[in-house]
Amino acid sequence: MAKALIICELKNDKPVKASLEIASKAISLGYETTAIVMGNGNDIVQDLSQCGVSEIIVGKTQNYSGESYAHLISAVIKDNNFELILMPHTWQARDISGRISAILQTSVISDIVELEIKDNKLVAKKPIYAGKAYAKLASRGKYKIFTVRPNSFEIIEKKSQPQTREISVDTSKNKTRREELQSSRADKMGLTEANIIISGGRGVKGPEYFPVLQELADLLGAALGASRAAVDAGWIDHSHQVGQTGKTVSPTLYIAVGISGAIQHLAGMGSSRYIVAINKDKEAPIFKVATYGIVQDLFEIIPELKTQLKALKG
Amino acid sequence: MNILVLIKQVPDTEASIRINGNKVDESSIKWIISPNDEVALEEGIRIKEKNGGTVTVISVGPERVVVSLRTAFAMGADNAIHIKADEYEMLDSYAIASSVAKATENDKYDIIFTGRQAIDSDNGQVPLILGELKNCASIIWAKKVEATETEVKVNCEVEGGEAIYNASYPVIITAQVGLNEPRYPSLKGIMAAKKKPVETKNIADLGIKFNEGIEIIGYELPPQRPVGKIIESESTELKVKELIKSLHEELKVI
Repeated sequence: MAKALIICELKNDKPVKASLEIASKAISLGYETTAIVMGNGNDIVQDLSQCGVSEIIVGKTQNYSGESYAHLISAVIKDNNFELILMPHTWQARDISGRISAILQTSVISDIVELEIKDNKLVAKKPIYAGKAYAKLASRGKYKIFTVRPNSFEIIEKKSQPQTREISVDTSKNKTRREELQSSRADKMGLTEANIIISGGRGVKGPEYFPVLQELADLLGAALGASRAAVDAGWIDHSHQVGQTGKTVSPTLYIAVGISGAIQHLAGMGSSRYIVAINKDKEAPIFKVATYGIVQDLFEIIPELKTQLKALKG
Repeated sequence: MNILVLIKQVPDTEASIRINGNKVDESSIKWIISPNDEVALEEGIRIKEKNGGTVTVISVGPERVVVSLRTAFAMGADNAIHIKADEYEMLDSYAIASSVAKATENDKYDIIFTGRQAIDSDNGQVPLILGELKNCASIIWAKKVEATETEVKVNCEVEGGEAIYNASYPVIITAQVGLNEPRYPSLKGIMAAKKKPVETKNIADLGIKFNEGIEIIGYELPPQRPVGKIIESESTELKVKELIKSLHEELKVI
C-alpha cells in the first residue's frame, strides 16, 4: 500500500478542519496515511483517530517556525518514502511548502480543489487567475506534494487506533526571530480557512459599519471579508480583502453585503458553495452568482438579520 | 544596499480568461506587472532612496516581459535582467525560482523582494524556493518593512493575526497590496527607461527547462452556477425570516 503524509495544522491546540479533510482524501484514495503535527495538543490523537490515520508523528514545540518545520517535514518525507503529501492551503502552507519544494528539489502544486487518480496519475485541479479558470495538472516528481484549499474535501468518519511517535524540533538554526503581536487577533477566524464569510463592500458607506458586520460574523462563527472598494477607501485593513488582489476563498457560505460584484471579486469568491447577496441595486452582477438574493437597502436588512440570528442562536 | 525585485508579467485584473483548445488564449490580454510585485518594487525603490544602493529587477518569460522591465526602470529601478523563456509556463514555480537562483548566483543582494503571489498562478512558491536555494531568511506577507544597516524588521500578516519577524541580511521578503501605494512612472522616467539596457539571459543556457516537475493536462472555465432565487417577501422581517429558514433548515449551513 502506498504511503501518504498529511501535514496537520493546529489552531488553539486542535487540528483545523482542513487537516481532517485532507486525511480523509488521502485515505479515500487508498493510501496508508500518516499525520505529522507540530505543537502541543491533548486532543490531537483523539481528533485524528476519527478520520482513519494509521500513524501520528508529533513534533513537540511551543514556537512556530516555518523554516525548521519545513526541514523536519522534508526529512520525514525522505526517510519514510511518502508518495503523496497533502497540507491545507493556509498561511502556514504558504510559509513552508515552497521551502519543502526546494529542499526535496521537486514541484509543489498549490491551492488544489480536486484530486483524483486517473490513468495511474494523481491529477489535481487548481484555480488560476483567482478562479477565472482552472488548470488540471499532475506531478512528475517522486514525491507528489499538494496544498489543498480548505472546504474542498468531505471529512469521512473512520475510527482508527493510530500509533504515535514523537520527534524533536530544532529551532536553534533559525534565520528569523518571530514575535507575536499583542494586538494580534489570532483567535479570530482567518479568511482562507473560514466556513462562513461575511463581506462588506462600497454599499456599507463607511468604516463604522464593519464592526456591525463583525458582530454578525461572531454570531455565525464567520470571518469578516471586504471588497476592494471598501479596502481602497480605507474603511478596513487589506488583510480582509477578498478577490484577485486579496484572498481567494471557497467557504460553504459567503454573504456579500453591499457588494456589486466586480470581476476581480467574483473570481475570488465565485467557487463558494452557497452565496447570499444583499444589495439595493437589482442589476448588481453579484446577483448572477447568488444562491439567495435580497434586493433591498442593507441598512434595513442587516439589523433584522442580526435580531433573528440572535434568536436562532439563543 | 543592493536590492533584487522579482516581477512577473500577468494578465490585467480586468481581463476575462478564455480557453482555446488546451491553452489559455492570450491574444487579447493586456499585460501588467502583478500587483503584489509592483508593491514589492515600490518598497525596494523606497528603501534604496532612503539607504542608497541599487534596485535590480528580474523577470522570467517570453519577449513581452521586457515591457514590464521597462516600466520598472521608469519607476526607478537601476538594472534589469530578462530570463528569456519562449516555452514559458507560468505555473512552474520550481523552474522559475531555479532560473532566478542560477541567473543571480554570483550577485550579492541584501534584500530580495517579490509579491506574495502572482495573480495568474496564485502559487506563492517562488520566493520560498529561492530563499532555500540561496540559503537566506524568508519572510512572507509583509505589512510594514523597516530596514536598517544591519537588519530588517517586518510586520507580517499571519493567519487571522499579525506577527513581527526580525532577520539579518540577506533576506527575502514578500509584499502584498496595501503595504504601500506604488508610484506612477514620471515622464522623465519613461523617457530614460527607453535607453537603459536590459541584460538578457537565455533560460536554456542556465540549464533550466519548464514542465520537468509538473505536467499540465489542460485548462477549463469554472462551471456555471445554478440560477439563484431572489427573496421577494412583503416585509423586511419576512425576507430575513425566509433567508434564515433556507440557510438553517434547507442548506443546513448556519
